Amino acid sequence: MEITKNTIEHIANLSRLDLTEEEKSMLLFDMKQIIAYMDKLKELDTSKVKPTAHVMQINNVFREDKSEPSYPKEKLLANAPLSEGGCFKVPKVVE
Amino acid sequence: MEYEVVIGLEVHAELSTKSKIYCSCTTEFGGEPNTHACPICIGMPGVLPVLNKKVVEYAVRTGLATNCHIAQFSKQDRKNYFYPDLPKAFQTSQYDIPICSSGHIDIEVEGRTKRIGITRIHIEEDAGKLIHDDQQSASLIDFNRCGVPLIEIVSEPDMRSAQEVIAYLESLKAILEYIDVCNCKMQEGSLRADVNLSVRPIGQKEFGTRTEMKNLNSFKAIVRAIEGETKRQIEAIEGGADVLQETRRWDDVKGISYSMRSKEEAHDYRFFPEPDLMPIVIDDKWKQEIEESLPELPEVRKKRYISEFGLPNYDASILTGSKVLADFFEEAVKKFENKKAVANWIMGDLLRLLKEKEMEVEKIPFPAEYISKLVMLIDKGTISGTIAKKVFEKMFDQNRDPEIIVKEEGLEVLSDENTLVVVVKKVLQSNSPSVEDYRKGKQRAFGFLVGQVMKETKGKANPKIVNRILKEELEK
Ligand SMILES: [Zn+2]
Repeated sequence: MEITKNTIEHIANLSRLDLTEEEKSMLLFDMKQIIAYMDKLKELDTSKVKPTAHVMQINNVFREDKSEPSYPKEKLLANAPLSEGGCFKVPKVVE
Repeated sequence: MEYEVVIGLEVHAELSTKSKIYCSCTTEFGGEPNTHACPICIGMPGVLPVLNKKVVEYAVRTGLATNCHIAQFSKQDRKNYFYPDLPKAFQTSQYDIPICSSGHIDIEVEGRTKRIGITRIHIEEDAGKLIHDDQQSASLIDFNRCGVPLIEIVSEPDMRSAQEVIAYLESLKAILEYIDVCNCKMQEGSLRADVNLSVRPIGQKEFGTRTEMKNLNSFKAIVRAIEGETKRQIEAIEGGADVLQETRRWDDVKGISYSMRSKEEAHDYRFFPEPDLMPIVIDDKWKQEIEESLPELPEVRKKRYISEFGLPNYDASILTGSKVLADFFEEAVKKFENKKAVANWIMGDLLRLLKEKEMEVEKIPFPAEYISKLVMLIDKGTISGTIAKKVFEKMFDQNRDPEIIVKEEGLEVLSDENTLVVVVKKVLQSNSPSVEDYRKGKQRAFGFLVGQVMKETKGKANPKIVNRILKEELEK
C-alpha cells in the first residue's frame, strides 16, 4: 500500500485534525515506515494461521442484564466546555 | 420503457434489555437529558465496556427465528466516524463475523408466498440524540439513548414493490414481538428502516445504481419514500442523467429526498477489531438452550389457527399479525366453540374501536372472556345482533360484563307473543297508509312496518316472531 500526502490529508480530515505542512510531512515519514514494516510481515506464510480477533485467549466476558443508577448529570457535564439545559453543547452539525 | 424496482432493507431494532449494551445504565425511554448516562456510555477515556449477555441471547433468538446460521465464533469491531452523537468517535458494531447470517423469512403478498433473504444480523450500539438550535447555531446532545443495544437486520435485495416491503416489515415486526426482543414502537424509534433502492428496465439482469434512504420512521413514510425515490430515479435515467450511489434523506413533509453529500467521504469507516471486548463463542449447548426457549412463531401459529380452529387464511393472518391480539383471541376462545364469531368481533368492532380511539392493542380495556360471553348471548338468542353491537360498545367503554349490561338495561330479545301482538296492532293503527300499500301488493311496505315495530321496541323484538305476527295481523 502506497502512502502519499493525500492519504495523510484524507485520514486527518476523517479524524477532524488540522495539520500543519510540517506535521504532515512528519506523519508521512512515520506512516511510510509503519506500512513498510507491515509489508515485511506479509512475507511470512500465514495461510495456515487463523486471523487474530484478540491477542488474549479469553472469550465470552459478559455482564448480567441489570440496570443500576446512572451517574449524576452534573458530574457528566463537569468537563464539557459548554452545556445547556442538561445537554452537551457543540458547534452546529449540518447533515 | 417499463421499469422494475429492486429494494433491500436495513432494519435497526432496539433490544428490550433492562440495561445498555456495555454499561448498567437503564434503557428506559425518555428521562431528563443525560440522566441515563455514565462515563462508559459517554465515552470517557480509560473506561472498560463489558458486553451485556442478554444482547447476545436476543441476537441469537432473532437469528434462530429467521432461519439464520449462528456463528460459533464472532467478534465486535470499531466502525470509525466522527459525529457528535457518538462520543467515542466510533460505533462498536460487527464487521466481518456477524452473529447471524444467511437466513430468510417468508412473506405473503396477494395470496402468494415469497421468500426474502436475510443477509446478516449483527449487534451494535445506538447513538445519542442531537437537538439542533438554529438560532444559536449550536447542537445540544442528550446521551440517554447512546449505548442502547441494537440489532441491525440486513435483507437481500429481494423486494420488488412497496407492498412487499411492508409485508416484510410486518412479518419481521411480528417475529420480534413474539420472541420478545424489541417493543417495535416506530414512533419511539425502537424500530427503524433504511431503504436501499435501485431501478432497472424489466428483463435486465444487472442491478441499477442504488441509493440509501434514511430517516424513515413509519410504514406510511416508507411507502411514500419508495414511491418518490422510484419516480426520481426513473426520471433521472429517462432524462439521460446518472443515478449516483449516495445516501439520501427522505423529507416526509415535503415528499422529496435530498442528497446527504457531507456523509459521503465519511463512508470510509476503517473497521478494526475492538480490543476492549473479547470474542463471543456460542457453543451448541447455549444455542440449543436459546432455541428451546423460543415461543411459537407467527407463521406456525397462523397455520395452527387454520388447521385447528378452521379459520380462513385472512382471519388467521390478521389475528396472528400481533402477538397481543393472538393471545387475546386464544384467551377468548379457550372454553368456547364458536371461534369464527369471536374472530369476527375482534377483527371488526374491536379493531375499529381501537383505531377510532387511537388506542394500541396492548390497551384493550376489557377481559377476553367478555367477547365469548357476548357471542354466547347472541348464539342463545338472548340478544339480537343489533343490540349486541351496542352492548359491545358499552363493554369497551365501561369494562362491564355483557351479561350484566344486558340484564341491568333490559336488553333481552322480546319474544313474548302477547306483548308483541299489542305492539304490532298499535303500529298498524298509526300507519294505515303503509297498510294500504301492502294490501295493494307493495312488499316494501312490509319492511317499513317491521322497522316500526323494531323502533317501538328499541330494537329488542325478536324479528322472526314479529314477521309472523305482522303477517297474521295484515291478513286478517
Ligand atoms: Zn452508561
